Amino acid sequence: MSEPALLALHGLSVALPVWADRERAVSELSLELRRNEIVCVVGESGSGKSVLARAIMGLLPAPHVRVTGGRVLFEGEDLLRAGPERMRAIRGARIAMIFQEPMTALNPLMTIGRQIEEMVEIHLALTRRQRRARILALLEEVRLADPQRIMRAYPHELSGGQRQRAMIAMALILEPAILIADEPTTALDVTTQAQILALIKELQRKHQTGVLFITHDFGVVAEIADHVAVMQHGILVELGAAAQVLNAPRHDYTKSLIAAVPALTPRPRREMEAAPVLLEVSGVMKTFGTGAAWFARGDRRVHAVKSVDLAVRRGHTLGLVGESGSGKSTLARCIIRLIEPDAGTVRLGGVDLSALSRRQLRPHRKHIQMVFQDPFGSLNPRLTVVQLIAQGPITHGVAASEALAIARELLQLVRLDPAAADRFPHEFSGGQRQRIGIARALALKPDLLVADEPVSALDVSVQAQVLQLLADIRDRLELTMLFITHDLRVAAQVCDEIAVMHHGEIVEFGPTIDVFADPQHAYTRELLAAVPGRNWIPPQLQR
Amino acid sequence: MQQPFWRRFVRNRPAAFGLAFLAFVVVLALGAPLLFPGDPFRIVDMTFLPPFGAYLFGTDSLGRDIAAGIAHGGRTSLMVGLVASIVAVSIGTLLGAVAGFYRGWIDDALMRFTEFFQTIPTFLFAIVLVAIMSPSRGSIIVAIAVISWPPIARLVRGEFMAMREREFVQAAICLGMTDLAIIFRQILPNVLSPIIVAGSLMVATAILIEAALAFLGLGDSNAMSWGFMIGAGRSFLRDAWWLCAIPGIAILLTVLSINLVGEGVNDALNPRLRTL
Repeated sequence: MSEPALLALHGLSVALPVWADRERAVSELSLELRRNEIVCVVGESGSGKSVLARAIMGLLPAPHVRVTGGRVLFEGEDLLRAGPERMRAIRGARIAMIFQEPMTALNPLMTIGRQIEEMVEIHLALTRRQRRARILALLEEVRLADPQRIMRAYPHELSGGQRQRAMIAMALILEPAILIADEPTTALDVTTQAQILALIKELQRKHQTGVLFITHDFGVVAEIADHVAVMQHGILVELGAAAQVLNAPRHDYTKSLIAAVPALTPRPRREMEAAPVLLEVSGVMKTFGTGAAWFARGDRRVHAVKSVDLAVRRGHTLGLVGESGSGKSTLARCIIRLIEPDAGTVRLGGVDLSALSRRQLRPHRKHIQMVFQDPFGSLNPRLTVVQLIAQGPITHGVAASEALAIARELLQLVRLDPAAADRFPHEFSGGQRQRIGIARALALKPDLLVADEPVSALDVSVQAQVLQLLADIRDRLELTMLFITHDLRVAAQVCDEIAVMHHGEIVEFGPTIDVFADPQHAYTRELLAAVPGRNWIPPQLQR
Repeated sequence: MQQPFWRRFVRNRPAAFGLAFLAFVVVLALGAPLLFPGDPFRIVDMTFLPPFGAYLFGTDSLGRDIAAGIAHGGRTSLMVGLVASIVAVSIGTLLGAVAGFYRGWIDDALMRFTEFFQTIPTFLFAIVLVAIMSPSRGSIIVAIAVISWPPIARLVRGEFMAMREREFVQAAICLGMTDLAIIFRQILPNVLSPIIVAGSLMVATAILIEAALAFLGLGDSNAMSWGFMIGAGRSFLRDAWWLCAIPGIAILLTVLSINLVGEGVNDALNPRLRTL
């Protein structure tokens, strides 16, 4: 530790505008980053971790958000006192940054090759041939297959993983001393995330870069961090070596965060084999788009769901697991008939729902209810909470006064303050809104609850509470659940059985405990291997 | 807790001002027969008397009282503007909502129909319609409504298409609501703000179109109107500015206050701005 720090923050404070909910985004923060080291900054949304990254880069949205105190020493030079000219020379060349969403960080009108070349042109005097050679070598280094083609490609022609690789290439082309990565894998699928994390780690070792890695995911921390800094409300609450913070956290907030991380150990088998089949799906198929249009090249159809068979027994919870684009949400929407399937039957408790017209289906809708992913989009902003919950029963002919009484009861069931009843959704946090969404679904006393990624938009501590609530309610009301998730940790906690979807097909189906212990399909094995921090078992902590 | 709509609205100063002025214009228009009894076309005195003399706003080229013309003309302008806008917004909202909600061939058919109206130059179309139906209040209202609804239909369709994909609408479908309930009770309240804003602007444009038609001599020849007054006074603009300026200012202030009220209603209806 005798080597001087590459980057040292001393008492850095960043002020928020007066109308914000707190005075400072970052307050009195001190942190050091050395060569060849990965420091992970972990925190929930609103903890100030992204503001920290932007403060270092001098990218704060002035004048409302500005640094009010402290120093940012980069190789001994205070960046807060560096002029704009000097900052331009440092940014990109000495300190590079990669962002969460590569699609918005890349210019859609320029080829990848051209965008990287521009970086080189600005900072280095090289001939065109030299520049090209250097870019090609780097694209190869970030494992982009066929770098020649990638150089000529536009951002939209690449997949999310390829774009993030291109971003990393762009960040590393000038061999910066520091790489700041702001949630670079959050928008990616789990298998792609694992590859990108491995790539960042490998390149960091090779180039001896110091990496400041910002994330909300303790799995990712366990995967790559050397040191961990935990932030809460802009304050650094814990700083230490990765092994220490992950396995023996000292601060209460860190403890509560780690306790909220779902373990990757599946829930034990429940004794309910004799239960009758409630939901039976057979041969459901859905293709989007039409065949080749006039003058268009090729077939533009997407086979979202290809002939899927499923059965869920009453009282069981089936997890539908897969990456984005695997067709799991489409399948759920075909079951609940938000999307008309092209073929196949869906039977619920013996009634063939797929044979009914939209109008005939309406009275049957109450038997299947859905909890949606987006806690901000799934509640009508013009209705009060109690109206939102009561509208289902009212639609199905319950008297308004009775429906409102049911709604107030449900608020208690989902553990919301009864005083919340007459307020509007925008006054609630994400986790509270998700509780409202659950109450709305339960108001019709459904037989089957379809939950489409109900916790993936929530912070980890809130996520744990909502999952706990769903599990309690399910056990209490003996609900049958179809639980859609991309997160195997969540699936392990909630589901009795798991169906793994890949390219519109179910490639593996079985009890959770068996699937985790002995995955049969190659893709399932790949998914399990890609879970970040799979070798780290969160310590059992008192919350 | 929640303040009633009225309190929220009045707390918005510009809106309150707009409403006050609009109320004043309405009272003036309604009270015109009492305040200025008799025919506003009647000649009362010498020609070209300047304002703030014997007559509040002076007299025009034929010696008619301009103040009486403003009061009586307000009736025509407001009535035509309001009724034409309500008709146009209703047609536009209905067609736009149905097209945006159902999409597919219904959307295609309705939008081609809308485009048919949009391809004709609007003001010429209005002139033709009024000329065919012969100038009267009714025909002017029909003409303005017919040329005004397509933009509303387009706007509402776009809003409905975006809203239909929102999860709360999907949730309403899951709850088993009828399409009619979803369109009117779930989606419509959420797209009301742009409709109200567009509608209030439309009242303003309708007043302007009515004035333009009257200016061209296509107004109802039995009804005084602000546009007619500007049209009649335009040849004397250099000698008697008030002939055009006073009805012009009346149009300006009325249109402005309608816009302020529209915005105020929007702010008061939007729960996002309610808690302060």
